[in-house]
Amino acid sequence: MIDLTLHFLVLLLMPPLLLGVIIKTKAFFGGRVGAPVLQPYFDLLKLLRKQMVLSRTTSWMFLAGPVVTLVATLAASLLLPLGERAAPVRFAGDFVLFAYLLALGRFFTVAAALDTGSAFEGMGAAREITFSCLSEPAVFLGLLALARITGSLELSGLLGPKVVDGWIAAAPTMVMLVVGLFVVALAENCRIPFDDPNTHLELTMIHEVMVLDHSGPALGIIEYGAAVKLFLFGAVVVRLAAPVSTGNPLLDWGAFVLAMVLFAALVGVVESGMARLRLTYVPNLLIGAGALTGLGFVLLLMR
Amino acid sequence: MVFALLSIVPPILLAVVAFFWPADRTRPVWLVVAGAVHLAASALALTTPNPAPDQWLALDPPGRLVLGLISVLFGACSVYAIGYLRARTSRPNRIFCAALLMFLGMMTFITWTQHLGLMWVAVEATTLASAPLLYFNRNARSLEATWKYLMVGSVGIALALLGSLFLGYAAAHAGGAPSLLFDDLVRNAGGFSKPWLHAAFVLLTVGYGTKMGLAPMHTWKPDAYGEAPGLVGSLLAGGMTSCAFLALVRVYRLMAAAGEAAFAGRILVILGLLSMAVAGVFMVRQRDFKRMLAYSSVEHMGILVLGLGLGGLGVFGALLHMLNNGIVKGVMFLSAGNIHRIYGSKLTGEVRGALRVAPWSGALLLAGFIAVTGSPPFGPFVSEFTILNAAFGQGRFAVAAGMLLFLLVIFIGMGTTVLAVVQGVPAPGTRRTEFRDGPLTTLPSVVLLAASLIMGVLMPAPISRLVSEAARYVGGAP
Amino acid sequence: MQSTADAVLVIVLAVNLLVLSSSRLRTIIYTVAAQGVILSLLPGLLHGGLGVRELVVSVGALVLKGVAIPRMLLRALADLPIRREIEPIVGFRASLLLGLIATVGSIYVSTRLPLLEVEGGSGQMFVAASFSTVLTGFLLLTTRMKAITQVLGYLVLENGIYIFGVLLLRATPFLVEVGVLLDLFVAIFVMGIIINHISREFTSISTEHLSALKD
Repeated sequence: MIDLTLHFLVLLLMPPLLLGVIIKTKAFFGGRVGAPVLQPYFDLLKLLRKQMVLSRTTSWMFLAGPVVTLVATLAASLLLPLGERAAPVRFAGDFVLFAYLLALGRFFTVAAALDTGSAFEGMGAAREITFSCLSEPAVFLGLLALARITGSLELSGLLGPKVVDGWIAAAPTMVMLVVGLFVVALAENCRIPFDDPNTHLELTMIHEVMVLDHSGPALGIIEYGAAVKLFLFGAVVVRLAAPVSTGNPLLDWGAFVLAMVLFAALVGVVESGMARLRLTYVPNLLIGAGALTGLGFVLLLMR
Repeated sequence: MVFALLSIVPPILLAVVAFFWPADRTRPVWLVVAGAVHLAASALALTTPNPAPDQWLALDPPGRLVLGLISVLFGACSVYAIGYLRARTSRPNRIFCAALLMFLGMMTFITWTQHLGLMWVAVEATTLASAPLLYFNRNARSLEATWKYLMVGSVGIALALLGSLFLGYAAAHAGGAPSLLFDDLVRNAGGFSKPWLHAAFVLLTVGYGTKMGLAPMHTWKPDAYGEAPGLVGSLLAGGMTSCAFLALVRVYRLMAAAGEAAFAGRILVILGLLSMAVAGVFMVRQRDFKRMLAYSSVEHMGILVLGLGLGGLGVFGALLHMLNNGIVKGVMFLSAGNIHRIYGSKLTGEVRGALRVAPWSGALLLAGFIAVTGSPPFGPFVSEFTILNAAFGQGRFAVAAGMLLFLLVIFIGMGTTVLAVVQGVPAPGTRRTEFRDGPLTTLPSVVLLAASLIMGVLMPAPISRLVSEAARYVGGAP
Repeated sequence: MQSTADAVLVIVLAVNLLVLSSSRLRTIIYTVAAQGVILSLLPGLLHGGLGVRELVVSVGALVLKGVAIPRMLLRALADLPIRREIEPIVGFRASLLLGLIATVGSIYVSTRLPLLEVEGGSGQMFVAASFSTVLTGFLLLTTRMKAITQVLGYLVLENGIYIFGVLLLRATPFLVEVGVLLDLFVAIFVMGIIINHISREFTSISTEHLSALKD
């Protein structure tokens, strides 16, 4: 019972903190003090209080988009084990549902973007879909490798206690999986080097441009949903990179929270150290991540 | 051991001397000095019997043949070089002379070494030593030729290295103390791991075949031989290819000892016929007579490999052909080089009537053409006839028919080009340089041609004995 | 010790993929140099400990492949106006996929060949890594158009052969290993000089210009 409560608490409350940590890290590298770590919470509350401006050319899809995206993301989070604890919902093959719930969210975001009829949003939608297609192989090959290591077909098993065995028996493969999935995490959450979350120039936006016309509570929901998605990917990477289990539930949760903060810091470091990739090179990086996880999988077959 | 050092070290030492020698005009003399010393050392080495095996530097019978060949060829070319470089004083010849001598030293090293890995090092070294030679003319075309030569040659040689390593790995499967000396390998050959041995042979054939200029690895040859000075072309076509063939022969000996002569022979026969076919196709309507000579070299490499692949009498024929080909190629490249210099061009549209303008070189080119296409009374006729004999004797009529067909096509193709060059009257308005036929640039070719004539009319007994000994050593009956 | 060697070889495989997908010349040079440095660790890792022979070969490989050759190439690059490889005929993404297929193929082939016991392990990873690196080098060599990238492809090819050679270190004599390394150095030296000449002659090192001679 405690587990379930903690699961929901961490899941619902922590994501904006990640955003805050990223911003703080980038500020540190930029020699600035930066916004407070809790600033994203205040931003979200501010957005919820603001008035929404709706375009006359949009339809019900425009508002349905953000809502469905958030709901889908939260539903997917029910399948994901945070830390070593099992997830609230689990069944064999649930990782496919996980991937497709996220895809459903993406579809509705894109649909909402296209609903505005603006060329800007259409351009962003096209880019988003292309890059997501290219990141799918990496995710599935990685999950396939994990399935072979742990012998399980549910996310709670794939990311469960057997991950430690994976590190002992097939360390190179695990390293490749972590790197590959980290790159995918950056891609799916529109971080540098795939997309710049701070930019609003036509040439450089992907995610930002799709939500350009949303405002007020809708924008707040979108931002929160994006943060939750980042949190989910981060949880996967963190679990693979640092499979800690001490037996004491509070210690485990504490370790998990700390690891997530470190993950956010790492994202911040990557964002500070690199520039955004030229758009034509983005597929190369994604295919490279897919090749890496694929190679990790093939190496498993060799044993 | 002493003889080996006497053979290998002087050219390398003299290369250093030539590099630091200050005077451009007198530097070519060192080439002749090196040639003379090398001839003496080779004569000494060839007249002493075989030393004991298990040594790193020893002359096996095929090595003796190649040593003699490159010695004679370099001797002739060094005399030619004096006349040639005297006429080309506009270019500094420091790197040229040093590289030429280093090239000789490395080729000699190949003949002497009995270790698989060391032989590879030597072959790679010849590639590197000969690259600067190709770039003597310093224009865009020779640059392109040098780049292709270097890249294709290096990649081919790298594959040969991988093949050598595979061979070592195959040998390790047989157990016992690991060693890459040829005699040790032959002794243990029965226990080699077959898949690795086959892979090794394929890679070694591709690698050393690239250096020889077998099709389909011959793509560098027309460019390299076409753009290099005639002197360099003759050494490459006569010397380098023979050394690469020597490496291949030694590998074939291993295969025969391991009982895989049939497998090896199949591959070699196919490559040989392919080379002859490719040469034939590209020789027809060839407008550049130096490129024509390159394709002729490809053809003869095909004949060599074909003979080796047939086995038995064919091996004797191939080794004999190696000698004949080297000598005649020397003649042709030197004369072609002269004609190129005199006319300032190497295209048949612009070069005509060489017999009138440069009587000696023109006649030598014509005689060389007759020799190289396998007509009596010159040497190549005997060796090609022997290989054909071997093919018929083994009942491989398709192979023999193919060989005859390609020889015919090549004769026609080469004939049209050569006859166009030597016959007729020079076209009015043909540009002519001050280069003339002189004794230094023609006498060496005359000597080489005479040697070929002797080989064809009455084969001297010592040479015949050496060749059959080598054939027996490799695994074929004389 | 062989499991560490295997892990190192996996890094080499990943580096191959990196080399294939990169377009900036400096990046490729540094990556190939890094690969050379990693490879110089192999003799010691495989044969467990550093005998004189392993030490000399390791240090030689480290100095030559990690320092001397990259330095030569960077100096050659400094004289040239270009910084990036143009999109090759096969394309960067296709090259990456081909490299992946080559790697998978090499791993498969290495499971089918009869392997020798080497220092307590089967050396299977060595064979697989060697094949895939050779194929990567080949791919780089044949599909790229800038002369420097072709030289880098040749270097990667030699790296692959070196990996295989480490397996046979006990059998091949010293002299041969040193000779191989030296040959590599001189070869790259000569190639560097020629690239310089090409750049002066054609004011570019794209080998598209080197196609005047043909039949």
